[in-house]
Amino acid sequence: MVSDSATVVGFGERTRSRAPDYVEDVVRAFVVATVFWGVVGFLMGTLIAWQLAFPLLNLDLEYTTFGRLRPVHTSAVIFAFGGNALIGTSLYVVQRTCRARLFGGPEAGWFLFFGYQTFIVLAALGYVMGVSSGKEYAEPEWYVDLFLTVVWVIYLVVFMGTIMKREEPHIYVANWFYLAFIITIAMLHIGNNLQLPVSFGGSKSYGVPAGVQDAMIQWWYGHNAVGFFLTAGFLGMMYYFIPKQANRPVYSYRLSIVHFWSLIFLYIWAGPHHLHYTALPDWAQTLGMIFSVMLWMPSWGGMINGIMTLSGAWDKLRTDPGLRFSVTSVAFYGMSTFEGPVMSIKAVNALSHYTDWTIGHVHSGAMGWVGFITFGALYYLVPVLWKRPGLYSSRLAAWHFWIATLGIVLYITAMWVSGIMQGLMWRAYDEYGFLQYSFIETVAAMHPYYVIRATGGILYLTGALIMVYNLWKTITGAEQVAEARPVLAAQAAE
Amino acid sequence: MIRHEVIEKNVVLLAVLTLLTVSIGGLVQIVPLFTIETTIERVEGVRPYTPLELAGRNIYLREGCYTCHSQQIRPFRDELERYGHFSLAAESMYDRPFQWGSKRTGPDLARVGGKYSNEWQYAHLVDPRSVVPESIMPPYGFLRRPLRTDNIADHLRTLKALGVPYTDEMIANARADLATQSNADADGTAFAARYPKAVQASFDGNAGVVTEMDALIAYLQMLGTLVNFADVTPEQIRQ
Repeated sequence: MVSDSATVVGFGERTRSRAPDYVEDVVRAFVVATVFWGVVGFLMGTLIAWQLAFPLLNLDLEYTTFGRLRPVHTSAVIFAFGGNALIGTSLYVVQRTCRARLFGGPEAGWFLFFGYQTFIVLAALGYVMGVSSGKEYAEPEWYVDLFLTVVWVIYLVVFMGTIMKREEPHIYVANWFYLAFIITIAMLHIGNNLQLPVSFGGSKSYGVPAGVQDAMIQWWYGHNAVGFFLTAGFLGMMYYFIPKQANRPVYSYRLSIVHFWSLIFLYIWAGPHHLHYTALPDWAQTLGMIFSVMLWMPSWGGMINGIMTLSGAWDKLRTDPGLRFSVTSVAFYGMSTFEGPVMSIKAVNALSHYTDWTIGHVHSGAMGWVGFITFGALYYLVPVLWKRPGLYSSRLAAWHFWIATLGIVLYITAMWVSGIMQGLMWRAYDEYGFLQYSFIETVAAMHPYYVIRATGGILYLTGALIMVYNLWKTITGAEQVAEARPVLAAQAAE
Repeated sequence: MIRHEVIEKNVVLLAVLTLLTVSIGGLVQIVPLFTIETTIERVEGVRPYTPLELAGRNIYLREGCYTCHSQQIRPFRDELERYGHFSLAAESMYDRPFQWGSKRTGPDLARVGGKYSNEWQYAHLVDPRSVVPESIMPPYGFLRRPLRTDNIADHLRTLKALGVPYTDEMIANARADLATQSNADADGTAFAARYPKAVQASFDGNAGVVTEMDALIAYLQMLGTLVNFADVTPEQIRQ
């Protein structure tokens, strides 16, 4: 057995009897919230996907238009599902790997929990009611932004405070990534939301920068919401849960150091690839492209470190459905971090930008990487946190895995075809040198792919509902009998 | 690599080094955009939004139109023919926030102003499929409700504080200008002097009540109309 902190740096083992009284109620609450918001986010995504195929599905209501529900979907998946998963697992991991009780105790933990859920509800209610700042992935208005800033600072204090009172001499690699995620998101959130309210009684505000500068700041934020929320944070998850599930040390300590510093340095530069061929000056576009291509290397360094951790434990892929999710997620991570640099090359971007190809790319990352690494962590955590002998059903988890994988495959292949096809149709000329297609013809051509994509969404949602049932039955099942240590619990108990 | 142990054992050092590492890229890419003067092209004609256009723009934001429509034409032959001259940074210099967008589920709107009649825009917003049968846009008939206008001067004042060149005269007349622009029969001499090239019309076909529809159509009809590209020289648009 490998103890938490020894996985990389190789300290001696510790006995369980010395474990402090970890704060776990809050972590359990975050796990429940992760599952709940995951279902909400997938449901919203599926609904708006069907609306693009059949527009009357908004039922002629102002609250259910694509424009209002799309931010609900993106925020529910990124900030609610992803955010709860990140905060919950980080609080779990930091306590275990530091052998320290949560700084601030359960009070700080519960403040974080309710503060973060309040942020999500305030933001989502705003979108539906028509309160939006109009900046992609940063739609909450000024009062929600301020509130989140307070919650986030408390999060940083709780996380760093726990590390400070650690009993382990070294800070485990997962915590580097979680810390980089917390710090950078604070910087991005504040930097992209400098705004002046019209009145303190109203929701409307105007941002300090305008036009081209605002565009650059927005995508500095937007791409690094991907880089630090959806990547660095989840890499922290990978660096803890894959070694635990595989019961192997991280493949390479040296690689994790190189991977960490190069990833966080390079990612920040990649934003301008969202603004190729726009009015952003060329020098900034070129910098964005070059750094995006370079980013391929640390991304794959991380992938290699995650997947190769299974050296000598590959057989567990057959028996541990949670590990299967985790490892597949790293494979999807490798795929989308290759696709991303390719799409950031200006010549490719000229075709792919503004099309569904981008949507497919984001979803191979969000459904494949973020979703699957979270499902893997949930299948591992729920039996541990609720002290159950193991999952209610490995078979159901396997069904979840295959249904969700099929859903992703349908989704991303449909978006490759529709994106590349529409990009080519927009630039097609007939033999007389006129544009061959009107815009609306290219919209009509998307219909079959929108149906396939939405079907993929239904499959992914179905998989998640199977997980909900499986986790529910696990939690309501019999408690683990002391000393009885079946296969899954043997790892779980560490 | 051995030295890395120092960082691994000191969380404050780790946090500070992390913050420094993630700050560099943003500083290099963002700060020069404020200091290099050629970032915004030196073209004539771009003016702040009229109060009605501004209200319409805020409806555009509220409804998340940017989730399906871009406002940024790239310098390609097909985009030139489909949408017009490529977009300039100067054309969105008063846009808070910018609305360049990232997806074209619907067409680009950077130069949609004047491309269709007010009647077409109205019919299309109320029921998109009545004029474009294959459209997948949701209907926006609910915009035929009165526009909130009582605090429009506060909006102009806030923007002025952020550097938009609204004059005291513009702020004082904000509400009146808003009513004037949405009524084809009103006397628009003073209004037109304050906002050159502004289109004055009963955008939703009803001069009586200023509706959200009036505001949104007024905004759509001015998009991309301010710069006269016949007068623009290559030197003016060199970034």
